[in-house]
Amino acid sequence: MTPPARPRGIAGRRRLARALRAAPVHALLWALCTVWLLPVVGLLTSSLRPARDVSASGWWTVLAHPAFTLANYREVLAADNMGQSFWNSVAIALPSVAIPLLIAGYAGYAFAWMEFPGRHTVFAATVALLVVPLQTTFIPVLRLLAALGLTGTFAGVWMAHTGYGLPLATYLLRNAAAALPRDLIDAAAIDGASPLATFFRLVLPLSGPALASLAIFQFLWVWNDLLVALIYLGGQPAVAPMTVTISNLVNSLGGGWHLLTAAAFVSMALPLAVFFGLQRYVVRGILAGALKG
Amino acid sequence: MAKVMLEQVTKQFGNVVAVNNVTLDIPDKQFTVLVGPSGCGKTTALRLIAGLEEATSGNIYIGDRIVNDVAPKDRDIAMVFQNYALYPHMSVYDNMAFGLRLRKYPRAEIDRRVKEAAEMLGIQELLGRKPKQLSGGQRQRVALGRAIVREPQVFLMDEPLSNLDAKLRVQTRAEIKKLHARLQTTTIYVTHDQVEAMTMGDRIVVMKDGVVQQVDSPLNLYEKPANLFVAGFIGSPAMNFLEAKLAKQDGRMFVDGGVFRAEVPREYIPKLAEWEGRSVIFGIRPEDIHDRALVQSTDGAAVVRATVDVHEPLGSDVILYLTAGEHSIVARVDARSQARMGQTAEVVLDMKKMHVFNPDTHAAIL
Repeated sequence: MTPPARPRGIAGRRRLARALRAAPVHALLWALCTVWLLPVVGLLTSSLRPARDVSASGWWTVLAHPAFTLANYREVLAADNMGQSFWNSVAIALPSVAIPLLIAGYAGYAFAWMEFPGRHTVFAATVALLVVPLQTTFIPVLRLLAALGLTGTFAGVWMAHTGYGLPLATYLLRNAAAALPRDLIDAAAIDGASPLATFFRLVLPLSGPALASLAIFQFLWVWNDLLVALIYLGGQPAVAPMTVTISNLVNSLGGGWHLLTAAAFVSMALPLAVFFGLQRYVVRGILAGALKG
Repeated sequence: MAKVMLEQVTKQFGNVVAVNNVTLDIPDKQFTVLVGPSGCGKTTALRLIAGLEEATSGNIYIGDRIVNDVAPKDRDIAMVFQNYALYPHMSVYDNMAFGLRLRKYPRAEIDRRVKEAAEMLGIQELLGRKPKQLSGGQRQRVALGRAIVREPQVFLMDEPLSNLDAKLRVQTRAEIKKLHARLQTTTIYVTHDQVEAMTMGDRIVVMKDGVVQQVDSPLNLYEKPANLFVAGFIGSPAMNFLEAKLAKQDGRMFVDGGVFRAEVPREYIPKLAEWEGRSVIFGIRPEDIHDRALVQSTDGAAVVRATVDVHEPLGSDVILYLTAGEHSIVARVDARSQARMGQTAEVVLDMKKMHVFNPDTHAAIL
């Protein structure tokens, strides 16, 4: 062995030692990923198998008898009301994300930066609402919506989702606003910004990561919601979101499995697009450079 | 341009009095420095002038107007923050233009002012960048630029140099001074660094525990400190304070420190007459103590024999940490001094530069 080669040998051995030390962690991560992904793989496989095979054998047998078809997807997309339901879901989800975010944005800024009596008490009370179980609110809220004539309307379900989303949204956006350096807010005040201008031109843009992650969570929650929609909207096809329509694909005897799997993937398409679309805002540190360091 | 006046201003946070009954007159066009140790209320005083805090009592004037109830944006001031507080999502240009846009200046006027300020500060090439793409010194300039474009009545600066490295700090110090000479805008500058205060201020306000200790020119502050605190705060190394008695003998007066006896110059005797025979605090600056071997005549000066504990050669001069009896003395002597650690040295006190303080009230007697 020539002398210069020796350091490389040592470095190689070190790298190996490091890899060995990290191996248990990697193994655990792979195991977790597999456990989490296995049902998704099963779902995907099932959705691509002929209806007869799905009801006859498990999805893992596909390796022995590969047979794939897009018939399930064709049937789901052509199913009664599926197109209408997709647009209903969109019509429910977008305002149900936008309204609580806007309200919580204002509230978070006020809780963080405006002096008013009872500020801490009101904030604590708002956060405390996080512990109220959704189910306990169904009957009183339903009666309220009925009294207002809003049952079975999008407006009613927007209000419901707004209410359910506000405590967490307010909490997160208040913390995001409070994390801004005091000097920034002061500088804006001296530069001539009113509280409203400070909110729109400083706090809102700088709360980007918090807003994006909140938007993702709220969107996923509303998009995947079946319970709230079913209770406040009822089952009428004209207003039913995809979750309701999909659950109707399975008949009372458990038939229609193959359609359910395909429908699940169809309904996942938009949330995935939203997640990958907003992800970089979540990751990026927008505040870098405001202060020294 | 405007003068700024504080009239018996007090600011309390709960039970803590941050600014205590401060009356201050800051003349038009001057560069005034508020200086003091941390927690002395200097930043709170600045924030009160800016309108970011509300005074508990007292009046604040900018120009001839009482501004107690005027919002910060309507006080016609601009502030430079310690952390620069640049808007991170805006370009340098937008950072500087922000205040003008909010005030609905015409686009051409905004452009002219931003370009002019950028040129003044040498940041023309940076206008398109975001704050995170700038170095600390560049961010500092942008923060200054944001204040300049507003052409305000008063500049408020809150330790704007404390985040810069030593070299850049000295350089920027000079530039801010030049800027002030050019713009002539009344400037109130807060710092904890007495060197910064001495080099930059036309006038210096020394604060401690929310109370103004002395307001004076840098030279007067150095030569005629009003009390023990100011005497110890201004100057580096700090003034020596020695417990001593004033003794009179044959019409001459001496500072009797036990192991040394130094004659008081004749012209100071009348001022010290009533303290004859009493204990006082005797003050003498390190730079007013010399190596005896390098002094031609010791007339009117007093000799102290002391042990050299530490010897710090700085090149230009030497700092000696001395012990004489129960007294610890710091001396800044000529670089040629032969004094060495562990040896005995003879130093000479320049008694013309002596100070005497009341041991109870700490006020200056001489």
